[in-house]
Amino acid sequence: MVKLIEGIPIMRPYIDLDNQGYWDAVKNHKLVLQYCTKCNRFIHPPRPMCPTCRSQDTMEWKESSGKGILYSYVMFTSPKMAYPAYELPYAVVLVELEEGVRIVTNTHEIEPDEVQIGLPVEVMFEDLPDGQTVYRFKKREA
Amino acid sequence: MAIDSIKDKAAIVGIGVVDFSTDIGRTEWYTACQAIKLAAEEAGVNIDDIDGMVKSVDDGPDPTYTGKGLGIDNLLYHSENHWGTSAMMNAVHAVAGGLCNYCVYYQTAHRASGPEKCISDFLVAREFRDDSLDMVRYDYFSPFGLIGEPGYVAMMYRRYMHETGIKPEQLGWVPIVASENAARNTNAIFFDKSITIDDYMQSKLIADPIRELDCAPKVDGSIAIVITTPERAKALKQEPVIINSVASGYALEGQNYTSYTRDVITDLPEMENMAKELYRVGGMGPKDIKVAMLDDTFAPYVPMQLEALGFCGKGEAPAFIEGGDKIRVGGQLPVNPDGGEIGQGRFITTRIVEAVRQIRGTSTNQVANTDTVLVASGAGGPADGMICRKE
Repeated sequence: MVKLIEGIPIMRPYIDLDNQGYWDAVKNHKLVLQYCTKCNRFIHPPRPMCPTCRSQDTMEWKESSGKGILYSYVMFTSPKMAYPAYELPYAVVLVELEEGVRIVTNTHEIEPDEVQIGLPVEVMFEDLPDGQTVYRFKKREA
Repeated sequence: MAIDSIKDKAAIVGIGVVDFSTDIGRTEWYTACQAIKLAAEEAGVNIDDIDGMVKSVDDGPDPTYTGKGLGIDNLLYHSENHWGTSAMMNAVHAVAGGLCNYCVYYQTAHRASGPEKCISDFLVAREFRDDSLDMVRYDYFSPFGLIGEPGYVAMMYRRYMHETGIKPEQLGWVPIVASENAARNTNAIFFDKSITIDDYMQSKLIADPIRELDCAPKVDGSIAIVITTPERAKALKQEPVIINSVASGYALEGQNYTSYTRDVITDLPEMENMAKELYRVGGMGPKDIKVAMLDDTFAPYVPMQLEALGFCGKGEAPAFIEGGDKIRVGGQLPVNPDGGEIGQGRFITTRIVEAVRQIRGTSTNQVANTDTVLVASGAGGPADGMICRKE
């Protein structure tokens, strides 16, 4: 349900050496997560050290199943508070992925009244006119 | 566990409050100097004797400018820390540790009129500053249109509603009681009479489920606090307010307002950690506290803090606030009798001022026989707090 207003770019992520792998994968329509091979756990958002074993050389990028459930959401309804690139209202959702981590994202083809905690969703990608690629989540069969 | 050596080793001896406004018509440099001068005069401390300065990090000119403005010749100690009681903690440590003798903590922010009207170089520099606390937020949130603190809090509050079943008809009592209290406080400019539950239910959803009335409005203001040892306080003008304890709290996967990646996002573990240390150092518990000055920058944090600070059990806060009787003056635990930030505007240090007034017995909404006040800030993490007591 996120509709962009033509001519207004969305905000870009700040890409550095710690998160480049994440955003490079998004560009290629893949959702990857940082994974510590020593602790066998997924970590998000990307960071320079595994917070459990404190290793800095056991982290790799592993592709996510892209499936999850809607954990929470905000409905932006007021031009005073919202980012002007989106048509109002728009939902920002927190998705808990099967890998156990949560990511902030938008919905795709989900009506406002269908946005509910517990909704099963899966990832899709969209290439925007300004050259940026973003991930969004659409409904899936549970 | 940290050292206990700060317990009762510092006291608040003076407060300086520049009248709040939505268009103060002065630079932040001007009102920072004004507040410090007022605080020093109230305390009976000569400005030349001020040898320590601590500032709330985002707010107002730093000690080099403020010291220059005040004509201060030397500072033995100067620093900044995040927000209200965090920065107070620096001042308490400096005084208790003997690093300086008379320390001023100040917060100056003209959020309502903004840089266009009150231009000063520090303020403009601040607008462009890169705050590392926010970096992760920009990367992973902003491209999806998650912007602004009401939106950040709304994500957490939606989940809190889901897990606790709290209803808007219950949360609404936080701004209702704030408006009642604010109506009695001449420095609280946003309400001249109390609102009703209908007013609250009709308040615009700005980042659903957060309503306009859930948020502290922007305001222009400047506050300074003078801190010294209880021994030196004896020679000064005011009855000292003893700082029984100060503490800060962090927690795993914490991120200012947006700790969405920890297992449970509907607790305030930073507040819980802070409270544990605060009570331990002070030798007090929640039952010893007569007045609670809680972080109400966003209303949902009030019930969450009541639980995190041990004022009620887990899951009991929605019923605790409903109807307002328990949190009003005269109730089981008066919360923010000055109207809080919802009533006075977004300004953390107001809580310290009201704590001082309650203990001195000079509040516009006085709680009888107040001898202990707890001040908490940073509900969105990291947290900080202070217990003040009567001498």
